[in-house]
Amino acid sequence: MKSNRRDFLKLAGGGSALALLVGSGWIPTRAWAADDVLHALAPGDSRKEFEAHTIDELVKALGGTQAQLSKDVDLTAPDIAENGAVVPVEVQSNLPNTKLIAIACEKNPNALTAACHIPDGTEPYVSLRMKLAQTAKVTALVQTDKGFFYAERLVKVTLGGCGG
Amino acid sequence: MPDPTKIRATANGDVVEVKMLMSHPESTGLTTDAAGKLKLATTPHYIKTVTVACNDRTVMTGDWGPAVSKNPFLTLRFKGGKPGDKITVTWNDSAGESRTDEATVG
Repeated sequence: MKSNRRDFLKLAGGGSALALLVGSGWIPTRAWAADDVLHALAPGDSRKEFEAHTIDELVKALGGTQAQLSKDVDLTAPDIAENGAVVPVEVQSNLPNTKLIAIACEKNPNALTAACHIPDGTEPYVSLRMKLAQTAKVTALVQTDKGFFYAERLVKVTLGGCGG
Repeated sequence: MPDPTKIRATANGDVVEVKMLMSHPESTGLTTDAAGKLKLATTPHYIKTVTVACNDRTVMTGDWGPAVSKNPFLTLRFKGGKPGDKITVTWNDSAGESRTDEATVG
């Protein structure tokens, strides 16, 4: 009997102490989320596609379901980038009816770098310089009337390009 | 006021190649601390939208984020241009600034 009462008090006391800690903010309920989700967007920039952290999330934010690896997307990027702040990237799509060319990297704070809308009459080609935080795969995502296609390429970065 | 965008547009047959060098800090606002961890130090300042037009026809619109390099250098090609056409490049950034520059296809 006595031991039961003791156990009950311990449990009740411990439980309420934990609830108190959570309630007063001592134990942040989303500490783990805040740590790896770094919001590097300017205040007032609420564009959903830039909040994506993976290619899958990016495709969904752009209104697709999934992307397929395609040989018809040509991605040109250096194998080794000495300076991650300036990595030249060239994307050429050989798919008909290319509407959008996006350049992304999953290991950057925001996966999407740039999305270029290609109207009829413009060649499905974009060349741009991007920043890479670290050695990572660069992804070229192309949207056509048949869905999303991508190509990727590993770029080794000797000096990261994020702190600037 | 930021410096003007340098634009070079050359016609090669029916295809016009436009090269643009925009003058912009493209700051992510991020720095690395002593432990090598990224953190936000200043307000990010980057180009959000870019529009390239030939005469009155839009040939490309871009939604850009902070990972575009400083002083963005963009190249694109479009069909149906000829020497003498007017190329207009407009950008709007996250701080509310914008700039429009023009060049002629050569």
